[in-house]
Amino acid sequence: MSGVRVLVGTRKGGFVLTADGKRKRWEVSGPHFAGWEIYHLKGSPADPNRLYASQSSGWFGQMIQRSNDGGKTWETMGNEFAYDGVPGTHQWYDGTAHPWEFKRVWHLEPSLADPDTVCAGIEDAALFRSTDGGKCWTEVSGLRKHGSGPHWSPGAGGMCLHTIIQDPSNPQRMYIAISAAGAFRTDDGGQSWTPINRGLHSQYIPDPTAEVGHCVHRIALHPSRPNVLFMQKHWDVMRSDDGGDSWHEVSGNLPTDFGFPIEVHAHEPETVYVVPIKSDSEHYPPEGKLRVYRSRSGGNEWEGLTKGLPQSDCYVNVLRDAMAVDSLDPCGVYFGTTGGQVYASPDGGDSWTPIVRDLPAVLSVEVQTLS
Amino acid sequence: MIRVVLPQHLRTLAGVGAEVELQVNGQATVRSVLDSLEARYPVLRGTIRGHADQRRRPFIRFFACERDLSHDPPDTPLPEAVVAGAEPFLVIGAVAGG
Repeated sequence: MSGVRVLVGTRKGGFVLTADGKRKRWEVSGPHFAGWEIYHLKGSPADPNRLYASQSSGWFGQMIQRSNDGGKTWETMGNEFAYDGVPGTHQWYDGTAHPWEFKRVWHLEPSLADPDTVCAGIEDAALFRSTDGGKCWTEVSGLRKHGSGPHWSPGAGGMCLHTIIQDPSNPQRMYIAISAAGAFRTDDGGQSWTPINRGLHSQYIPDPTAEVGHCVHRIALHPSRPNVLFMQKHWDVMRSDDGGDSWHEVSGNLPTDFGFPIEVHAHEPETVYVVPIKSDSEHYPPEGKLRVYRSRSGGNEWEGLTKGLPQSDCYVNVLRDAMAVDSLDPCGVYFGTTGGQVYASPDGGDSWTPIVRDLPAVLSVEVQTLS
Repeated sequence: MIRVVLPQHLRTLAGVGAEVELQVNGQATVRSVLDSLEARYPVLRGTIRGHADQRRRPFIRFFACERDLSHDPPDTPLPEAVVAGAEPFLVIGAVAGG
């Protein structure tokens, strides 16, 4: 019997939501790590019972948790994230040089092939890797030592490395994104990195078409077409058909092209989901109507999906890591809000139902499809 | 024996109750007490002070005998009442946040 496991990170703990393949009746487990911020939970594609969680606190710092039984029990792993060599400085909000300092892990990306290998995207922006199941962490320092590092600067939420995407067809290729440095790609397993921001236009930076400095909010791809990338930038929804070498805008008829998450349908590589947010200064849906927008044409032509979603007086946000899809048929789509709701659509976005309504603010949503 | 009181979240992480009793080798100081605490409960490494620089985390405070010891140099001897076990060494999480 197939089923799904939805992993939800919130401001005050982690939650595991499970259902069978119908995705109608849900069991809720949690809070795990009650009272801690759980920025991200993610399962290993190679072993679905292997989960990793980023647990952090302003008081007590960073913890990494690991489960070997699908989230029933957890084990504390290594929490030392030491930058390689002398960290140096990046650019602060006021343009001055600011020392690189570890703050927290935003995103954990387990390897497609090995349950013990996992990457971590951290603030201040850097990529770390563990090959022993999370006990020890080593910086993939070729990224931060890319020549542009001293010019990276934080977005409003901090200088975070929030997106890590492995190319399923090429183990040497990986994409990452940093707010507010932009997107980068490696083609040699992390030794060297190339900024891939050509075509991005950000009017809020001194050079709107600079090589780095863009506030990329999220990138997504479909595993069957790893050269096609979709990006939700601070403003603008973008698409690349050449592995990030160039980008073009596909915001089309969206009511606003500001937003955070972006996802691709599990079975339709040209079907893309975003959640438009009013503006960079008003982080909630336009007109108080929570609408997911779906394009079936790879962008430009978007339809609002509203069935089951609040269409009045709704002023929540959906953060960058808080949307995911399952791989059942029909494809399920999930997202969590800063108001504590986790919505599920078992029909590709046509209709939505809240799985839970009253969690703490949701930071991340990931889905595992179980067989 | 040095008696150490931890904040709730660290008790949960370490799997301990309200108070921990530690044997400290040599002179009892903030540094030697934390060394002993982390040796016995490795999960607490990095939660009270930094891994590399050993600096107290900003939202952590140390108290004993109704005194704030947070800004004392880490090798300052602890009060005699703490060394004798009459008073606990308190690790406090700042009252802040939501």
